[in-house]
Formats: sequence, C-alpha cells, structure tokens
Amino acid sequence: MSDSNTKESLEKISNGSPKPTSPNADLKLDFASFWEYSPAPESSEHVKIDDRYNHFINGEFVEPVKGRYMKSVNPATEEIICEFAEGTSEDVDKAVKAARKAYEKTWSKLTGKERGKYIFRIARMIQERARELAIIESIDGGKPIRESRDVDVPLAAAHFFYYAGWADKLNYAFPGRKPKSLGVCGQIIPWNFPLLMLAWKIAPALATGNTVVLKPAESTPVTALKFAEICRDAGLPAGVVNIVTGAGATGSEIVNHPDVNKIAFTGSTKVGKIIQKSIAGTGKKLTLELGGKGPNIVFEDAPIDQAVEGIVNAIFFNQGHVCCAGSRLLVQEGVAEKLVQKLKDRMETLIVGDPLDKNTDIGAINSKAQFERIQSYLEIGVNEGAEMYQCSSKIPENGYFCKPTLFTNVSQSNRIVQEEIFGPVLTIQTFRTPEEAIEKANNTPYGLASGVWTDKGSKIFKTGQSIRSGVMWSNTYNKFDPTSPFGGYKESGIGREGGLHGLYPYLTF
Amino acid sequence: MSVLTIPDFNQTTPIDQIGVEERVSRLNKRSIKKESKLQALKLALSMIDHTTLEGKDSEGKVIQLCSKARLPYAPMPNLPHVAAVCVYPNMVATAKKALQGTGVKVASVATAFPSGMAQLHIKLDDTRYAVSEGADEIDMVISRGEFLKGNYTFIFDEIAAIKEACGEAHLKVILETGELETLENVRKASDIAMHAGADFIKTSTGKISPAATQPVTLVMLEAIRDFYRDTGSMVGMKPAGGIRKAKEALQYLVLVKETLGSAWLTPEWFRFGASSLTNDLLMQIVKQETGVYQSINYFSND
Repeated sequence: MSDSNTKESLEKISNGSPKPTSPNADLKLDFASFWEYSPAPESSEHVKIDDRYNHFINGEFVEPVKGRYMKSVNPATEEIICEFAEGTSEDVDKAVKAARKAYEKTWSKLTGKERGKYIFRIARMIQERARELAIIESIDGGKPIRESRDVDVPLAAAHFFYYAGWADKLNYAFPGRKPKSLGVCGQIIPWNFPLLMLAWKIAPALATGNTVVLKPAESTPVTALKFAEICRDAGLPAGVVNIVTGAGATGSEIVNHPDVNKIAFTGSTKVGKIIQKSIAGTGKKLTLELGGKGPNIVFEDAPIDQAVEGIVNAIFFNQGHVCCAGSRLLVQEGVAEKLVQKLKDRMETLIVGDPLDKNTDIGAINSKAQFERIQSYLEIGVNEGAEMYQCSSKIPENGYFCKPTLFTNVSQSNRIVQEEIFGPVLTIQTFRTPEEAIEKANNTPYGLASGVWTDKGSKIFKTGQSIRSGVMWSNTYNKFDPTSPFGGYKESGIGREGGLHGLYPYLTF
Repeated sequence: MSVLTIPDFNQTTPIDQIGVEERVSRLNKRSIKKESKLQALKLALSMIDHTTLEGKDSEGKVIQLCSKARLPYAPMPNLPHVAAVCVYPNMVATAKKALQGTGVKVASVATAFPSGMAQLHIKLDDTRYAVSEGADEIDMVISRGEFLKGNYTFIFDEIAAIKEACGEAHLKVILETGELETLENVRKASDIAMHAGADFIKTSTGKISPAATQPVTLVMLEAIRDFYRDTGSMVGMKPAGGIRKAKEALQYLVLVKETLGSAWLTPEWFRFGASSLTNDLLMQIVKQETGVYQSINYFSND
C-alpha cells in the first residue's frame, strides 16, 4: 500500500471514521440476472367472498339497523373486495343483549367439558378450512400467502385447541381458588393479524365461560365473518360469539356499553389510552396489547449469518406490521459493518409483490392510510439526517407496496428511532458495551418485545434481566406459541394473553 | 496493512444450528414452477459429476458411464452433457479416452480416498498419478482425525501441498462433514480449505452417512460468500452423496442462488456429486417437455 493511502486512512481514523473499509467493499453479489422464479400463485378459485356481509348477532347474520355499509379493499390491487356493515350503537346494543342472554341462559350453565367440545370443534373447523382462510387473509390484508398459510391460520387453530384443553381444568389451573367467568366481553382487534388476534381473544374468553362481542378492524373484516360462519356451522349456541363490524366509532360503542364486563383491545397505544380513560371507574376489567419499538441486540460473538436472518424475521415479517417487531437494531460496533453488508445482501433476495404468490416474502401494506404513514416516516428519517437504504428489487405499480428499508446513521433522539412506524423500516444503531446496549434498548416508552443474539448463554440471561419488555427472544425472533404468555411493559400494554396467564383476564376469583 | 490475511483457525465462527435449519426450511418453500423449473432441471443436469467409486468398477462400466455423461438421454440430443465423470485414479485414462473432445471433464478422487489414512508422500503420489493420467480435477479428502485433534496447521499444509501437486488440475477438497459433526467444524474446515488454495469445497465422499445435507451446504456456501467478500476470489461448491431426486437438486440450486447469487449458478462453480440423480432429472425434464411421466425403464442405468 502506498504512503498516501496509508496517510489517508490514518486521517480517516483520526477524524472519527469507525474503521478503514475492507478492500473489497465494492464487491457485489448479483442475485437477479439469472434464473428468475416463475410466478407461483396460490389458486383462489374455490374461495367464495360475498358481495355484502352483515353483522353476526345471536347466531345469525343480520342487517345493520341504520343500513350503512363500508368497503373492504384488497391492498395489493386497490380493488374493492366486498361491503360490510357499519355498526352503530343500536347494533352494538343488540349484540351485547344477545351475548348477555347467551351467557345467562346457556353458556355459563354448561360444564367446562361441554364448552371445551365446542371450542375443539371450532379449532378443527379452522384447520379444515385452513386454505380458504389463508387465501382470504392474504386478499383482504395483503400479507404473503406463505405467512398466512404457515403462521396465521395454523396458530389461530392452535390457540383454540390449547384453550379448549383448559375449559374443563380451570379449577386445577388455580389450585385452592374458585375461578368464575365474568360475563360479556367486548373485544376489539387490529388489522395486522385479523384471524390470529381473533383467536387470541375469543379462545380464552369462551374457555373461561364468557360470551363475546368482537369487532374486527375496518380494513380486514372478512376472516372474522368467515369465522362467524364457522361458529354457526359448529352449532355454537346463539349469542355466544357476536361479530359487529365497523370502524373506531363502533369500537367506542362496545367500550362504553354499560352491560359489558370486560374489554380486551389490541391496537395502538393512542387508542389504548382513550379506552383506559373511558372505562375508568366503571369496574370493567381491561387488557391492552399496544404498540412497541422492539430492540434487537446483536453482540459481536453472535452467530452473524443466523442473526441476519433473525433481523429479517424481526422487522420484515408481515411487512413490519407487528406490534412486537424488532424495529430497532442495536449492533456491537466491531461487527456492525459486516452485519449491515450481510443484511443488505439478504434484502436483495427478498421478493416484494403479489401476496398470493407462494414465493412472495413481503406483501402489500395493509391500507392506503398505513402506506402514507410509512412514507411520511421515510421522509422524516431522511430529513432527520439518517441514511436510507432500500433494496433494488422491483415492486408492483399498483397496490400499496413498500420496499424493505434500513436507516443507518440514526440517533436515539430521532423520531424514526422513538416512534412506532409499523412498516418494513429498520433503524440501525451501534453500541460498544453491554451497558450501552441495555440503556438504549430501555430508552423508549414501549416495552413489548426484544431480541438478543450471542453465543454465550450467561449473556442472554444477564441482558434479559435488564431489558424491560414482556417478551425477549434469544437467538431467534417473532416466535409464537399458544402456551406462552405475551404482553407488554410500560406503554405497550396491560395484562397477558396466551398460556395459563391468558386465563386470568377472563376470570374473577 | 498486511495483504495476506489468514485468519486464526483456533478461533471459532459461531453458528446456530437451529437458525441454519430454519433458513433452509424457508428456502425450501420457494416454489419452482413452469419455465423456471425446466431451466433449473437442465442446469442441474449440466452440474453433475457423474460418479462411480466402487471397488468393483471395471473399464467397461466407466466407458458406459462416460457415454451417458456425454449424451444423457438419446431421444433429446439437445440436453446439456453433465459436467464431469468422477472415478478412481486407475480409471482416469479410460475415462479420458472415452470423453475426448466432448467437453465433459474427468475428475479423480485421490489422497487415499475415502479415509485419507496414509502418509503425505503417498497422497502426493496418488495425486500426481491421477493428474498424469489426464485428470482435469482432483477430489482430495482432508485428514479428519488430525482436524478433530485440533491440528489445523496440519490440514492447511496438507491441502496446500496437494494443491501444488495438482498443477493445472482443479482441486476439490472433501471435508467429509458427516465425520466433522458440528456446523462450526464444517465452517472451520471450509475456511482452512479455501485459504489453503481449494478451488472447490465438497461435503462428502459418499461413503459416510450422513453425506450431503442442506444445512451443511448452506454453512459452506456462507463460508464461500465470506471468503469472496474478504479476498475477492470465488470458490466452487460441491455437495456430494445422498442427493437422488430432482426436487432436492432444485432446493440446492435455490440455496446457491439466494446465498451466492447468479454467478455461482454454472457448472464452473457448482457441482452435484451424484450417480442416481441424473435419471431423476431426466425423468422430470421429459415430464416437463412432454406432459407425461415415462417409466424408469426408459432411462439407462449407467
């Protein structure tokens, strides 16, 4: 190496540049020029979506009292899929009355074993209709069929199977205590995992002997209405499960209905706070699963190639529409350059496009509103001085698609580091000592989920004890199981769903 | 700054086996249909090292093998020929003669294959003999016993010596991953082999079970990628043993495409060491071209 080069790189170092870049930094791996995968679309011919859907109240589909309807859009094509009823206070009142009647007349009178039979039956019927449900989930919500087929639907069925098993064992779950059901539960779920969130809500509620009024999100109501068909076909007693569709106003009617005993909400922290305020002093029980800004910490002794895969699963799973997404990458300085290089290579192989294609890794952003929100955050990031990187892969012209995005050169005070973006956008920060990593990880109003990557077991436990979050994954990310409790610290929520812990919010002692 | 950067092989690159298996299973979900399938089947055919490594091998059998290698399926003369035939050193001359002018390479195992349990000078002689008989490629085995002892310098020096003995011939280094057992060992052996001058790294002899597996192959491909990033030099990859079905071959190609990219998707940089894979690929190609499956009886067993 010539003297001038050496001098230059020495200057760089003294100027605070992290390290001289490796001599082959300009080497490019080419993933696109040869052997492109042919389209492999999942056939949706056998799937039937009606033009119009009504509320499911007291075991039957009924038209909304005010006769108003809203439209559900396929985010990948921007085409209207169907109309669905807009719930008003009258509809909600009907649903709550039906749920109350079912609770008092039938459901609370059944033995746990009998309730369990119904829930097992629902679980089996979800499995039987798995392909149909997966396809609808992808059409309505834009998520890739690979995920709705392999994650959403099987996990939803697993939740029903799991809680069906608890129905007749509640007395053993809480030895020495007498668990009793609450009554009518109002449940409001988000659009990121429509059927799965429904399962998280309805399965424990039914197992513990409660009846429910559930409102799916206004951008993804279809699988909930298909689930209503399953309840009907399963012969579930009328009124035990009621589904009222609509937007925020409908949800507010459920929250404020005087005859509801419990509210379970999954969604944004902003709405969570409104709900908490409005039910203060009413005696209604409450669980909230809210936002997150999950730190994903990679130590330099981590298995780097597997960590890269874990980072991809943490932030690009479901287009980043995941409350527990690992949206803040914290990587130890020594391996940062190498890791970011590998991450960029990996991002080149992500296929963004038709949610129904079996090879699609990243589908469509769920709605126009969310798409615009993500775009505005990309602008904010650039204006804050962060360096943006997007993969070079093509995205479809129509529909709401966003390329997977990295931001480097960010600081803790940036909005893109502090606020939940809920899209395929990752910020990358470096750290030097474990203390610094933990401090940065905890410096957020959220505390839902986090990840730690290291080859050293003791470091996993030490870090895990110091991070304030409800879930911590080690050497993996975004793994879910019905037996495992899930929930947040701080502004990420109250209460736990899943596992034995998920029974508590639906019981009184 | 030193240009020569040989890593400290006593350091271990951490590898998480569960993570590797998950990555493989995700890559296996790629759905290869229609034109991309036909293209990949033909590509896989052109990447085969058509192999016979038995004590009972005869010249007649090797000649048969070569004629299959040259023209895998007579009714479709436009199909690509396989990349190479792979034989024992004493069959190299026969194969070389049978393949003259065809573009099919002759590969020979050497270095006291498959155990490698011999003195270095014997291994060098074995190698020089195969090269003098006309081998274009040498498939050597590493001394697994020395590796497991932690004698990494020994492994490095041995490979470097064989590489020298190869002269113009390409060197493939067989790690025998079934005997190394852990993925971290696989990674370390790959790194040693590449730094010592291997042109290809290869999973297995085919004599030990398990032979090639996809997790092992993925770890080796990632080692090749890192080596390329560090040095700018490409190294080839050859999974060998146990790959019998066209579907598995396509899965391996997906691993290569999404780990190393398009540049490695040629017989120059990727090979399958296999014997029965050829006929399954042919069956699938005929199915794709004609729409119907032929019985296995229509494909010659060589």
